[in-house]
Order: sequence, then structure tokens, then C-alpha cells
Amino acid sequence: MAHKILIVDDEPNIVISLEFLMKKEGFEVAVATDGEEALAKVAAFNPDLLLLDVMMPKKSGFEVCEALRADPTRSGLLIVMLTAKGRDTEVAKGLAIGADAYVTKPFSTKELVVKVKEMLGVA
Amino acid sequence: MLSGWFVALLSAAYLALLFAVARFGDARADNGRSIISANVYALSLAVYCTSWTFFGSVGRATSGGLSFLTIYIGPTLMLLCVGTIVKMIRISKTYRITSIADFIASRYGKSQMLAGLVTVIAVIGVVPYIALQLKAVAASLDVLFEQSGHAEIFWGLDSTFLIAVILALFTILFGTRHLDATERHEGMVAAIAFESVVKLVAFMAVGLFVTYGMFGGLGDLFQRATASPELGRLLQMDETRAGTWTTLILLSGLAIILLPRQFQIIVVENVDESHLKRAVWLFPLYLLLINIFVLPLAIGGLVFFDGQGVNPDTFVLTLPLARGAEALALLAFIGGLSAATGMVIVETIALSTMVCNDLAMPLLLRSRWLQLAKRQDLSGLLIGIRRAAIALILLLGYIYFRAAGEAYALVGIGLISFSAVAQFAPVLFGGMYWKQGTRAGAAAGLMAGFIVWLYTLLLPSFAKSGWIGNGFVEQGLFGVEWLKAQALFGLSGMDEISHCLWWSMFANIGSYIVVSLNSTPDAVEASQAERFVDIMRHGRRDADARLWRGKTSLGAVVELLERFLGVARARQQLQAYAETRGHADWRELPADAEFVHFAEVELAGAIGSASARVMVASVVQEEDLGLEEVLDILDEATQVRAYSRELEFKQRELEAATAELREANERLRELDRMKDDFISTVTHELRTPLTSIRALSEMLHEDPRTELTDRKRFLGIIVNEAERLTRLINQILDMAKLESGRAEWTTGEVDIGEVARESMDSLGQLFREKGVALDGDIPAHGPLVLADRDRLTQVMINLLSNAVKFVSGDGGRVSVKVAAEAGRVRVVVADNGPGLTAEECAVIFEKFRQGGNTMTDKPQGTGLGLPISRQIVEYFGGNLWAESRPGEGASFIFTVPLPAPEA
Amino acid sequence: MKRASPTRQRLSALGLIGVPLLTYPLITLPEGSLAGIPAAYLYLFGVWAGLILIAALVAESKGK
Repeated sequence: MAHKILIVDDEPNIVISLEFLMKKEGFEVAVATDGEEALAKVAAFNPDLLLLDVMMPKKSGFEVCEALRADPTRSGLLIVMLTAKGRDTEVAKGLAIGADAYVTKPFSTKELVVKVKEMLGVA
Repeated sequence: MLSGWFVALLSAAYLALLFAVARFGDARADNGRSIISANVYALSLAVYCTSWTFFGSVGRATSGGLSFLTIYIGPTLMLLCVGTIVKMIRISKTYRITSIADFIASRYGKSQMLAGLVTVIAVIGVVPYIALQLKAVAASLDVLFEQSGHAEIFWGLDSTFLIAVILALFTILFGTRHLDATERHEGMVAAIAFESVVKLVAFMAVGLFVTYGMFGGLGDLFQRATASPELGRLLQMDETRAGTWTTLILLSGLAIILLPRQFQIIVVENVDESHLKRAVWLFPLYLLLINIFVLPLAIGGLVFFDGQGVNPDTFVLTLPLARGAEALALLAFIGGLSAATGMVIVETIALSTMVCNDLAMPLLLRSRWLQLAKRQDLSGLLIGIRRAAIALILLLGYIYFRAAGEAYALVGIGLISFSAVAQFAPVLFGGMYWKQGTRAGAAAGLMAGFIVWLYTLLLPSFAKSGWIGNGFVEQGLFGVEWLKAQALFGLSGMDEISHCLWWSMFANIGSYIVVSLNSTPDAVEASQAERFVDIMRHGRRDADARLWRGKTSLGAVVELLERFLGVARARQQLQAYAETRGHADWRELPADAEFVHFAEVELAGAIGSASARVMVASVVQEEDLGLEEVLDILDEATQVRAYSRELEFKQRELEAATAELREANERLRELDRMKDDFISTVTHELRTPLTSIRALSEMLHEDPRTELTDRKRFLGIIVNEAERLTRLINQILDMAKLESGRAEWTTGEVDIGEVARESMDSLGQLFREKGVALDGDIPAHGPLVLADRDRLTQVMINLLSNAVKFVSGDGGRVSVKVAAEAGRVRVVVADNGPGLTAEECAVIFEKFRQGGNTMTDKPQGTGLGLPISRQIVEYFGGNLWAESRPGEGASFIFTVPLPAPEA
Repeated sequence: MKRASPTRQRLSALGLIGVPLLTYPLITLPEGSLAGIPAAYLYLFGVWAGLILIAALVAESKGK
């Protein structure tokens, strides 16, 4: 059974590219365009891994991450933070609140795919 | 019958009695049981009443009526100023002042020059006064012997010379009996008090005898006077003498303190300040009593000796003798002798102290210092100098008497002396109350006053005596009219005393003040000024000690004291001082500043403050304290206050500076954070389109088998994102230019209505595509403003494209209105979109804040349009803001000022 | 003793009052005579004695 990935980003074009990329690699993909929608989709879609943008309207990626980590039933959920802000503090903050990986935009599609597969243990 | 021998014996007996009183007084003083009570002190002040009073008052009354009273009313009023006298006494005691010269010199920086100057003025002014006493005694002897048939000079010698010699010896015995030279003479004070009683009793006795024995009482005498037109004049208070009257009160009021003998008695010889409370009324009472019978005696004499040409100055003797009351005449003679003796003794002691300390010592210290250094005990030398000075002063008095004879210069000398010593008043009182008075000022004032006195009073008196030509009095010096000695600068119509007092005080006070204000005191002057003026404030011992810094040895200072005070007295004083400092033996005393100060004060009591300072300086290594430093120390209280004020001020300043710094720092950090945020935001904004572009192009690049539709879609996105990226970069650069002020502007007259219309036209297509209505309310022409046309168009387009972005395609409506109002053009772009909250109205002008939360047309906005527009409008002097309420659409309004109408 | 004591102030005030009382033009006011003694003479000695009396009362009163 294919792993499920939820893509969360407010930039439609980035969502398009990520969705296409992940589907091509054979993952089952769902999309959310803001933080609140993301939390709803996690509950409904029950993904194995989250590609989570930081800068989003309504609820930022950090807030979504924190909320998910506070839920013990979701402890197995993998979270990959995506951010266009390259500052070290952002990376540190993301990892500190429980993200499993941190990827800076713009990213290499190849490397992202490798990283996701690695984390899901499908390599 | 009065034999010469009898008179001589009686005189000798009387002088011996005085001497016995003095010995008794000294003995009591040595035992520490002073006989100087308040009463004795008050009576000793009556040394003021000399033979000039005893004989001369009656003489004055025969010509001037009641005006002789001024000489006694002045002192009465002056003594009531107890505060001033107490202050003088306090200063003199604290610093062991020995004379008025010492007082003035000490105040102005212990100046030997000033001490010498005051001494010279005092000697010149007072020696004739001493001569007057000799003359009085001689004249009274003449009267006695003439009346008793001994017309020839009995002694075979000049009797006056003998009197002078006797007085000199007597004074030496009185004033310099002690081997130790100190400033006080308690025995002498007691003797003076005694002789004061004698002269009062003698004068009153004569007065009573004449008034009630020879005439029928006061009423009878005055009625006789009223009957005669000539005598009646004496009882009138003549308005024309008003000026003289006041002058004499002032002059005598000053003399009661400033005459060397008065300063000696009132200030130097005072043993207890509280004695002054008795003197303040008892001494005036004495003056009143001795004056009651002056006018009756004058009238009695004039009536009795009508036309006989008897000298009115001898009425006190001649009236009793005329009635054969020889015993009373002898009492009167003793009274007159007493008055003269008392004056001569005290005056000569005071002057000799001044001459010794302020003229001789400085010269000796300077010229023969090395020799002096070798002498072990100088107290003997001091006494010797004083004795010589006494002899010299009396000799001078005698010479003056011989030279003057009956001349005017002697008769008028009382008031001339008063005027001379009055010259001390400005520097003395000024010095006690005015810290700014300087040594230079004091010297200038004294010199100026003295010269005017010399020229307008003393020299004319010489001229009247025929000793010198009177051209300078009659025609003026060198024939210059306004230099006439007694009508200086044409000031006439005054009596000579008033004239002199007026001009000399003018010159004196003027010079003193002007020179003082224009000279800088040295450190010693400044500290002395402070000490004198502030003497009544708390003990200044601390300050005194701190005002001296240096090194010395106990031995050197002790040796100095022993040499000038004598070994016994020096040790006695040292022991007493050691005990006050809690040492059992004076050898344990530390050679510190306080000790040196004590030694200098002790020494000042012997040789005057100026010489004492020189002597002390010779045995210690003094560190010079600068004027600033001295003032600092003296003004410590003020200083501390000033410091704390300054500190407080500094602290406030520091706090303010700190707050400012903190604020600046805060602002900087805020700016830093903003810049950081800006860069971070810019990075984010740039990376976002880049992310899509990179991801899509990588996928296209790696998988050539991508379906054509996807490939087209992706390429479309890539092109759009690349465009967005370009736009973004352009706007960021634009923004940066605007913010740094490096943007280029081409400013000219712009028809703002035209700009609005053109902008609407160029965006017409966009509006039509979305189905949004666009209408305008714009004047056909103008208004014209000064602006950059392209920039203004940029603003207009930005506002219109924002509006079209946020209204819905269905029923959306945007309207533009351009209107001129008071001094400016107002442009409104209103839409009927979702509207903004008040908070959003403000926030949307921040960089990278984008309106709305929707994803609608997101790639189109960069978040820089509004901030750029605002910058542009503000550059032209206008404003740009938004007015809106949620659900009611939004209006973006900007104004641009109209150019000022040309005149 | 920082300030002039009341006694000293009173005495000084007395001295100040004495000045106009014992100078022109006030001293020309008394005219005529009393028991043969001229009023001017009585006035001068009277005021003088008065000043001395008050000074004595002020100076000798207990307490500074």
C-alpha cells in the first residue's frame, strides 16, 4: 500500500509542482492551502508524511507542527518543514518543535524525493 | 595759696595713685582674678573725654552754643550698633588683633604695607592731638600759677617738656610693664576707669559750684543769657548749622571706634563681650553728665568775665579761682590733668604698638633678620622698641606743641584728628561686611582719603597758622580756582570739616570700591576676608587649620614663640593650648596645621598679624595654597551643596542620556530587526517563485516523457513566475531607491485629471475582462500640480489595479473622483469590495503586507505597490491613506498640494 | 548666635530712631523755655536721657 503524503502550502504553483512530483513517485497525495485546512486534512486523510510550508495564512507551519506533536495519536507522523526563509533560527525552531526534517526552498526535486523515501523507508 | 611744690606734689601723688590702681589691676589679672568688670570697661571708654572735653567744651560752647553736644551724641548713637562692635571684638579676640592698623592689615591679607599705611595716617593724625593735651596741661598750670602769684615758670625748665617726660615715663611703666609683649593691659584699663571718675567728679563739682554757688541755678543763668542778644544766640538752634551738626555727629560716631585709643579700649582691651551691654548705656550716661554743665559754665564765664578777655578754654579753672575756691580749682586741675594723662597714656600705647608692630618690626625683620635670628629672646627687644616708640611719640607731640603754640593748628586739632581716623571707616567696616574688598582697594581708599584730608584740612590748618603759604587755600593750587583747598571743585558754603569729610569720603569709598572690584585678591586675602566677614558663623577652627598646609617641627615653632613671648609666657600658653587638645604636656603636641595656626595667633598678639605671618613662614615649609583652593576650602559648605547639585544634575543628565541611548539602541535594534525582517521577507518573496520555477523545470528536464498538456501547463507557470520574479525585483529596487532618496524625479506641471483619465484608459481592458464597472468624476481640465507625471501615473495604476483585484467580478464597481479643495487636489479611488478593518487600513501600507487572505491572483501582488505609492505621494508633499469598513468597500485617497498662487 | 540677637537688634533700632530725633530739623522744634531753661536744651538732654534709659532697660534685661 502506497504511503500517504499531505502537501500544505499557500502557493498554488508550488502545490502543483509538489503534487505532481510526489504522485509521479507513486505516493498517495492530498493538498491543503492553509494551516487550518492542514489539520482537518490530517484527521481525514491520515497521512504518513507532511510536506509543510512555514509561511501560511491563518495558521503557520510552526503552529500546525506544534498542534500535531501535541497529539499522541499522531506520534508516528513524519513532518518535513518547507521554508523560503533561510535563516538558521528558523531551521532550529522547526527542528525544536518536532519537525523531522527541514528543507529550504527552492529545493532540488531529486534530493527531496530521496529524503522523503528515506524517511518513509521505501528506498 | 598754691605753691608750685604743692601742685607738683599733688600731681605726683595723683599719678602715683593711678599707678597703684594699675599695679593692683595687673596683679589681679596675673592671679586670674580680673578686676575688669562691665562697669570698669564702660568707664574706661571715657578716655574719649580728653582735656579737649574738660577744658575745650566750655570754650566751644561760648562760640557755638549747643553744637559741642554733637561730639557726644555721635558716640551715643554709634555704641547702640552693638552688633558691629561685637563682631569687631570677636574678630580681634579670635586673631589676637593688637591695634586698628593690625585689624585692617589682617583683614586684607595680613599686609605689612597696609599696616604701615594705617600707622602713618594714625600717627600724623593723632600726634597733634597729643600735643593738644600737653598744651592743656601747660595752660592749666599757667592759669594756676598766674592766679596764685607765681607768674614765672617755676621749674626753671620748660614745664611742658617736663610734663611730656613724666607722661612718657608713666606710659612706659603702664603700657610696657610686662616683659611679655601681649596686647592687653588690664592695669591700665583700671587706671583709666579710675581717672574717668575723677574727671567727671571734678567737672561736675565745678559745674555745680558755678551754677548754684556763683549764680542762682540753671534757670538764673539761662535767663541772663536770654537777656543779652549776644548770649541769647547761643541758645538758638541755628538752621544754617544743620549740615555741620550732622557731620559732627557722624564724625564723632566714627571716632569713638576708630581713634587708636578708642579701638584699643573698646576692642583690644575688652575681656568679655557682655561688658558691652553695660557700656552701651553707662558710657552715654557718663557723656551726658559731663556735658550738663558745659553750657551753664560757658554762660557763667561770659557773664562773669564780661569783657575781661579771659580765655573761655580756662573757665573751668578761672571761675573757681575768681571766687577764691582754690581747693576746687585744684580739683579741676587734677581733673584736667587726669583727662590729659588718660588720653596720652592710652593713645601712646596704642600708637607705640602700631609703630612697633607695623613699622619697626617689618623693617627689622627685613633688614636685620639674620641678626634677629641669633637672638634667643626677642621679647625684651620688643618691649624696648615699644618704649622707644612711646618716648618718640611724646617727643613728637612736644615738638608739635612747641611749633604750634597758640596757633590755629592746635586749637582745631580735635576735629582734624577725628577726620583723619574717619578715613579708616570704609576699609574697616567694608572689610567686616564685604568680602570683595581687596588689599589694593583698601590701600587705594586709604591713600585717596588721606591725601584729600591732608589737602583740605591739615595743610590749610598749617596755612592758617602761617607756617606755609595760604595760596592754595585762597586762590587754589597753582592758581587753579577749582583746586581751592576748602572749596574743592567749587564746593563752597560748607564748613571746612564737612567739606573735608565729604570729599575725602567720596575719594576714599570710591577708590576702595572701584579698585576692589577691579583687583583679584590673593589666597591669603580671600581667606582673611572670609574669616572676618563670617566670624559670627560657627567656629572656623577647622577651616583655619585646613587653610594651611605645610611641614614644620614642634621645636622650631616653640622656639619662635619663646623668642617673641619670652620663655615663661610661651610655655604657659603652650601648656594651656596642649590641655585644650587633650595632651598632658605641650611636648606631645603634633606639629600640625592647627598648632601652627595657634602659634601664629599667639605671635600676632605680640607683634601683629602681618609680622607674625612672616615669622611663622620663616620656620615652616608652607605649601602655597592657590586662591582657588582656599576659596574651595572656605566655601566648603557652599561647595558641597554645589557638588550635590551638580551631581544631581549630572545624574539626571546621565539618566536622560541613558534613556536616550536605550531608546536609540531600541530604535536601532528595531531597525535592525526590520531590516532583518525585510531581508528575510524579500528572500522569502524571491524564493517562492523560484521554488516553483526550479521544481517544475527540474521535472521537465529529468522526465522528457511528460505529457504535452502538463508540459504546457508547467511552462506557462514557469513563465508567469519568472515574470513575477522580475516585477518583484524591479519593485524592490524602486522601493530601495525611494527610501534612500536616490530616485530620479522629473518634476513639472502635471494635469492630474489627465493622469487619472489615462490610467483608467490603460487599465480599461483589465476591468472589462473581469466585468467590473469603472467610472470617473474628473474635471475636464486640471487641476495642475507640481509633480512627476510618470510617478503619479504609477500611483494611479497601483490604486486602480488593487481595486480591481479585490472587487468581485459580479457587480463590482470602482469609481475615481478628482477634485480641488483648499490648497490641494484630492483623488479618491473607491471600490465596493469586501472592505478593510481599521487595523488593515494601516497595515496594508507596510511592505510585503498584502491585502486580503485569499489566494486570488496571489502571484500578481508583490506587497510593495502601496508602500511605493505612499512614498511617491509624500515626496510631492501629499498624503495617501485608506478609509474603509468591512463589507462597505474601500476608498484609497491621496492628496497633492496645489502650487501656491503666483502673486 | 547665628543671627543678631533680639537685644542687639533692639539697640540698633534705638540708634536709628535716635538719629532723626537728635539732628536737624527736629531739634529746632522746641521753642520757648520751661522754668527759665530753654526748651531746646531740655529737649536735647531729655531725648538723650530717654535713649540712655531705654538702652539700659533693653541691654540689662535678662536673657539674650
